[in-house]
Amino acid sequence: MPESTPPRPPARRTGRQRLRDAALGRPTRGHVLIGLLLAGVGFAAMVQVQSNERDDEYAGLRQDDLIRVFDGISASTQRAEREIERLRGTLEQLRSNTSQRQAALDQARQDQAVYGILAGVLGAEGPGIRITIEDPAGEVRASALLDTVQELRAAGAEAIEFNDAIRFIAQSSVGESAQGITVDGELLTAPYVIDVIGEPTTLADALVFPGGPKERVEEVGGTLVHEQPDLVVVESTVEDAGTQFANPAD
Amino acid sequence: MIAALGLLAGIVLGLVLQPDVPLWLEPYLPIAVVAALDAVFGGLRAFLDGIFDDKVFVVSFTSNVVIAAAIVFLGDKLGVGGQLTTAVIVVLGIRIFSNVAAIRRHVFHA
Repeated sequence: MPESTPPRPPARRTGRQRLRDAALGRPTRGHVLIGLLLAGVGFAAMVQVQSNERDDEYAGLRQDDLIRVFDGISASTQRAEREIERLRGTLEQLRSNTSQRQAALDQARQDQAVYGILAGVLGAEGPGIRITIEDPAGEVRASALLDTVQELRAAGAEAIEFNDAIRFIAQSSVGESAQGITVDGELLTAPYVIDVIGEPTTLADALVFPGGPKERVEEVGGTLVHEQPDLVVVESTVEDAGTQFANPAD
Repeated sequence: MIAALGLLAGIVLGLVLQPDVPLWLEPYLPIAVVAALDAVFGGLRAFLDGIFDDKVFVVSFTSNVVIAAAIVFLGDKLGVGGQLTTAVIVVLGIRIFSNVAAIRRHVFHA
């Protein structure tokens, strides 16, 4: 760039001075023409800027540009569809996992309820019978009670309870002490009331055969009666002791 | 003075009127604007150099705009419109930069 060698030495004006003179000086026809041209430039620039901002980005694109854009869009569509497919697969897998898990959980809950009732850690209710053994003479022995319980078990008793207070489970023991009969170490007082949940007719039959519990009790001067309420409720439970030595074998 | 006023008036007019660009003009308008800017900066530089001439400016302005648009039009016809647009913008951009550098030396002496 020529630093500044004024082409007309007599004027010896710098660029700044010229600019100032032009800005303050009298307008000529040339100035007006240039002004008009510049107005055109400003106008066109503003129009372009605004149309650029207003229009969506695809208007005014050439055909090959549009094809490129379209290609890009279809490629990303395909990518998105593959992604959707993949995620659907994952969702399906998770759903089936969940339902399997839910089924296993339901099964486990059911098992827990069943085993809880059998083990005596859960209360139970259902059809069954209520046996009342009166023993005015005090001659009913523990063995007679135990036999009764065994007969009931053989007849399919699922939950047995003595005197509305003592749950009789597989590990329960019947013994005799000076005061009377004990079950699991707790003293039983007559009349002995046994609530049994099971099939009522079968349970009742188990009491009355020759040589059965009813006859044994009546031999020693007691009475054994049973009734069949609509619903037998066994509310007492035993502590869940768990196992001390035994572990599940796989 | 009149030139600055004209530029201002054009900008204001464009802002106020907000006309739609006709579709056939759409690829050429940005090029034409850049070419016109090149002519304007060239004219300003010539003015500061003291060699400004009204006629030269008007002719260079018009021919700049027309040639730039014509090149892009030709490119469109040949199927290389996008590339030629870029080429024209690059060349005009370089010229604008060099002109502005000369103007800067005049105005700021730096």
